Amino acid sequence: MKEIVCKLLVIGAGPGGYVCAIRAGQLGIDTVIVEAGKPGGTCLTVGCIPSKALIHAAEEFDATQRMLAGKNPMGIRVEGASIDLARTITWKDGIVGRLTSGVSGLLQKARVKIVHGRAHFRDGKTVEVETETGQQIIRAETVVIATGSDPVELPNLPFGGHVISSTEALSLGELPRNLVVIGGGYIGLELGTAFAKMGSQVTVVEATQQVLPLYDADLVRPVTRKLTERGIRVLTGAKAIGLSDTGEGLIIETPEGRQQALAADRILVTVGRRPRTAGSGLEELDLDRAGPYLRIDDRCRTSMRGIYAIGDVTGEPMLAHRAMAQGEMVAEIVAGRKRAWDKRCIPAICFTDPEIVSAGLSPAEARAQGYDIRTGQFPFSANGRAMTMLSEEGFVRVVARADTNLVLGLQAVGAGVSELSAAFALAIEMGARLEDIAGTIHAHPTRSEAVMEAALKALGNALHM
Amino acid sequence: MGEFIVKMPDVGEGVAEAELVEWHVKTGDPVREDMVIAAVMTDKATVEIPSPVNGTVTWLAGEIGDRIAVKAPLVRIETASGAGEAEPETVPQPQPAEPVKAEAPKPVPKAPAPAAPPAEKPLAAPSVRLFARESGVDLRQVQGTGPAGRILREDVEQFLNQGAAPVSVRAGLAKKTATEEIKLTGLRRRIAEKMVLSTSRIPHITYVEEVDMTALEELRATMNADRKADHPKLTVLPFLMRALVKAISEQPNVNATFDDDAGIITRYSAVHIGIATQTPAGLTVPVVRHAEARGIFDCAIEMNRLAEAARSGTATRDELSGSTITISSLGALGGIVSTPVINHPEVAIIGVNKIATRPVWDGTQFVPRKMMNLSSSFDHRIIDGWDAATFVQRIRTLLETPALIFIEG
Repeated sequence: MKEIVCKLLVIGAGPGGYVCAIRAGQLGIDTVIVEAGKPGGTCLTVGCIPSKALIHAAEEFDATQRMLAGKNPMGIRVEGASIDLARTITWKDGIVGRLTSGVSGLLQKARVKIVHGRAHFRDGKTVEVETETGQQIIRAETVVIATGSDPVELPNLPFGGHVISSTEALSLGELPRNLVVIGGGYIGLELGTAFAKMGSQVTVVEATQQVLPLYDADLVRPVTRKLTERGIRVLTGAKAIGLSDTGEGLIIETPEGRQQALAADRILVTVGRRPRTAGSGLEELDLDRAGPYLRIDDRCRTSMRGIYAIGDVTGEPMLAHRAMAQGEMVAEIVAGRKRAWDKRCIPAICFTDPEIVSAGLSPAEARAQGYDIRTGQFPFSANGRAMTMLSEEGFVRVVARADTNLVLGLQAVGAGVSELSAAFALAIEMGARLEDIAGTIHAHPTRSEAVMEAALKALGNALHM
Repeated sequence: MGEFIVKMPDVGEGVAEAELVEWHVKTGDPVREDMVIAAVMTDKATVEIPSPVNGTVTWLAGEIGDRIAVKAPLVRIETASGAGEAEPETVPQPQPAEPVKAEAPKPVPKAPAPAAPPAEKPLAAPSVRLFARESGVDLRQVQGTGPAGRILREDVEQFLNQGAAPVSVRAGLAKKTATEEIKLTGLRRRIAEKMVLSTSRIPHITYVEEVDMTALEELRATMNADRKADHPKLTVLPFLMRALVKAISEQPNVNATFDDDAGIITRYSAVHIGIATQTPAGLTVPVVRHAEARGIFDCAIEMNRLAEAARSGTATRDELSGSTITISSLGALGGIVSTPVINHPEVAIIGVNKIATRPVWDGTQFVPRKMMNLSSSFDHRIIDGWDAATFVQRIRTLLETPALIFIEG
């Protein structure tokens, strides 16, 4: 097969890789992208998008169920509700299909050549791709590694049979009766909650003392309260030991050191993700690592000249929007523009019930960095729109420097707060002060008024509490 | 009966292992307390290791030349009393053959200082950051006038325009703040890597001596005036090349390469002389092969051909590699003294400085003489100062009495 020679080769068409390739194509760079699966990567095919579809379907079903027999103050009465998971999955697959073909279209529009197959480095400038029609050699001046990450497997609970990763959980043909989720991070809680809402009996096993250990207790409390209300059992400080002898259950060790068997026809393991660096010839390139990840500098350069890395393979936070921003930046650097990573924050969201959103520093993080801070917190129970939507749990919190009122962080927990992430990140990137947020008219009646009220509260003059 | 283990003591700052240079005992020998049993050498000094006990040697850690890790067993001694082992700390202090500097007490680690507010990133909106980056402005140098010290686009513009401010207009001078990033590629990158390799791995010793070139310059003028049509005009370099061949035949250790990873010096019977040559792309070193088999005009012809090939970029890989010693000359730009960087993995480089007529005291009066300095660097791991000086002095003698260059045998 004829060799392909190009200026830029992107390995992996996930959110980081495809954005990088599209931007490079727009900038007139001769670009090739290699992808073994469908374009869109984990995010579009087995991550963000499909999980949000499933979560939404579960929420709708749950809301309907709560209307059964008029069990709601709004006076709605519904007679019977059921969910056909197979149809839900088909609907979800349709959305994924639309988005992945959309990405393919965008790549073609940007005149990016797509090569389907698994890439293997021969050297720092040459990659072999095993395609359906044989081996394809690609030589490139610049290579971007965007190979992403895989779910971490537990040695005592290898994937297969009843033990599944998030990937399989998003394509189950029927609802598990008893689902045990190992790992109480955001992926485990999002999926666990969705299955509970659809009717599964869900138990969450978390090794640390708190679910969502990366968030502070104030933000997590409304989520754990909802988990309990929903009948989801949360076992903190507990360790998964292995399958029971029958293979139908899971043995765990409680904090007291007792072994206990949990009924489980599906065991979902969500204990983290690890960079996908094996089997692609990356070992032989011997790029510098930062732990298991590829080490990059503020321009996403690896230790080898002409090789960049973006996205999950470069470490935490493993978020699609971080990878996209890195991809865009690298494409512009390759095009000769002066760019460097100078973002002030990367917002993060848990699509739990209720949702959590965070941008910038939490109060504890700000104090640990030596800031003298003031904070303001406004509860949704005092927000009109929240009342009208029957979801008053949660709050908005702002963290600012005490001396200049510069906003260092914004967090919220509550229904639908994921959409506040835009306002949060913009405020921090623009260098907003509390007065800027307080002095901006926030439309009434919306949940976003709580953002303004939190800033007013931090300034000592909240209006509505 | 017991066994006592003498361990390799910590012989100096940051030394992880030391080389055994001498055993004063062998297996089965009786030893007395404080008797020297071994000598080990680090890069700094030779240290003698005494026995801390009376007894009989039962085991030695290795042969002369072996490297033994600090704290690894060195000698086992069977003693009449109970067993024990001498930790380096508990051994009677080894007697350094040369004084070893006492280690300064390590500072007690301080308790972590209370966190101070972190070094602030410049506060500016993304659009302003982009504008600054594209304009080559370092935002840390820009005073922000916005709320909370935020840097506005206007602040960056004013920073950029400062050069055209009234003060500078008067002086006709402008501050310039733009920076230009140039990516290191190709030959320049290879030069950079080679220089780092040479200077980081080779401990250089540089030796400068002045040479009276008057006789050679007279000879050169005569030879150039009488040269045949097909002979090139001779510069000083072919004479120096022939002098090098002659001096190397007496001192072959300078005509060598040193593979320091393998610890092997390779001496060459051939003399392949690298000539450091400036080309439009940068420094290259074409190689005159087998200078020992070339006459003076042959040397000149080959050198001219290679220099031309290097400048026009047509020199082959073979013509640019394989030298065993190098000459660096900047001709009229030669300066008074230079510190040539050895062409790794060679062990010597001869730097030629400019020829200038200088007054020289001949014992009764000042006379004008054509003087030239030679600045030469040697790999001090391989070439001792004495040998370096001897070599350069030999070249000096040959150049000052050029007839010697042409004497065969």
